[in-house]
Amino acid sequence: MSSLPLLAPLATSSFLNTLDPRLRVLLCLAWTGSCLSLERLSLQALAALAALGVALLLGLSPRALLRRLVVMEGFMLLVLLLLPFSMPGNPVFTLGNLEATDAGFARALGILFQAHGVIFMVLILLGTLEVVTLGHALARLGVPDKLVHLLLFTVRYVQVLYEEHLRLRQAMRARAFVPGTNRHSWNSLGWLLGMLLVRSLERASRIHEAMKCRGFHGRFYLLDDGAWGRHDTLIALAAVPLVLVLPLLESVL
Amino acid sequence: MAHIPDGVLSAPVLTTGAVLSAGALVYALRRLDYDRIPQAAMLSALFFVASLVNVPVGASSVHLILNGLMGILLGWAAVPALLVALLLQAIFFGYGGLAVLGINTLNLALPALLCAALFRGAIHRCHSPRQLFWLGALTGFSGIALTGVLVCLALALSGPEYIPAAKVALLTYVPLMLAEAAITGTILGFVQRVAPEQLRLQQVTRD
Repeated sequence: MSSLPLLAPLATSSFLNTLDPRLRVLLCLAWTGSCLSLERLSLQALAALAALGVALLLGLSPRALLRRLVVMEGFMLLVLLLLPFSMPGNPVFTLGNLEATDAGFARALGILFQAHGVIFMVLILLGTLEVVTLGHALARLGVPDKLVHLLLFTVRYVQVLYEEHLRLRQAMRARAFVPGTNRHSWNSLGWLLGMLLVRSLERASRIHEAMKCRGFHGRFYLLDDGAWGRHDTLIALAAVPLVLVLPLLESVL
Repeated sequence: MAHIPDGVLSAPVLTTGAVLSAGALVYALRRLDYDRIPQAAMLSALFFVASLVNVPVGASSVHLILNGLMGILLGWAAVPALLVALLLQAIFFGYGGLAVLGINTLNLALPALLCAALFRGAIHRCHSPRQLFWLGALTGFSGIALTGVLVCLALALSGPEYIPAAKVALLTYVPLMLAEAAITGTILGFVQRVAPEQLRLQQVTRD
């Protein structure tokens, strides 16, 4: 039984793939800082739009983006919904004895804009990278090598365990398992995860033995040379004003 | 469930979170042997996959976090393992963001470490699946309860306007606490029956 790869990079135009992955990581970080430093609602909206524009321009499909709009979990949704009522400001409307204020709405909208401004950029710059390439880029940027090893191993095993999980789930479905709120479901799901846990630990020790067998002594070699070209310098220079323009506007206005 | 998106928290909270989790990360990585990387990565991947499992609780449904169990099994290695899982979730699913990675890691890792400190000894000594269920339930419950408190604390410290929301938000953690308690307990009971040696791995390997 085969399944879609869980951590497949998003498809993008070939232009992006000519850039050095390190540049993409750095640009993403710079953009995050710039986007989060904005305080005016209009500029925050502009940042979200800009990130969306860049993502679409560089060939991310709107469908892929739509599916990954910042996932507002129940709890965050609650925070955003309550925000208009808990911030002091001019009342817009009243609900019972609660007052919704304009400042509160502005804040909630601002959060939405900033969250999307960051996540769109993360998706286009990092989500389109092969994870292995990302790991190597992080290693070259000075991230501790143990952490990079852990990342690379984890990415590999996520796929293995996900497929195993799907196999076990299929077996449960074949026996007409429908999860509900009852002891039986919790037991079954717990056993499913317990089984995955036992198998994954056994697999980890097999892998460790295989690695020892091949003389692993705590180092992976990064075989790609990851050359930083003139092309990358140009793009980096071009990106500097783009990243800085919004914070500058903020301080001027 | 515990992902705070970018744009919500104030700069001091973000910085504190980043600094504290960076400190914990450096310490954890120093203790992590190269020999244990496959095991830590396998568990990190397992928790990533477990977070995709939907558990119905009453009318709602929750995604598991299992940070208590992660602390029990990984000890300090839970810190880098959680960071890696959160990074992957941000990049591939758009959960959370980049600037919040530090505080989000802290919110999950601190309870994991505390669970390890409080319950690990008892779990290693206990050999009855029934008792292990209750120890596991306690671990799962307190892991999430603490995460809920930390998340709300991060919100409340970011600005007084979040305090009412944070109080209500704490309630949304109740179903997750129940599900985590039940599932973590079942997992520990199961592992004790099937492969008891795996539960006490850390006694054999150095940690």
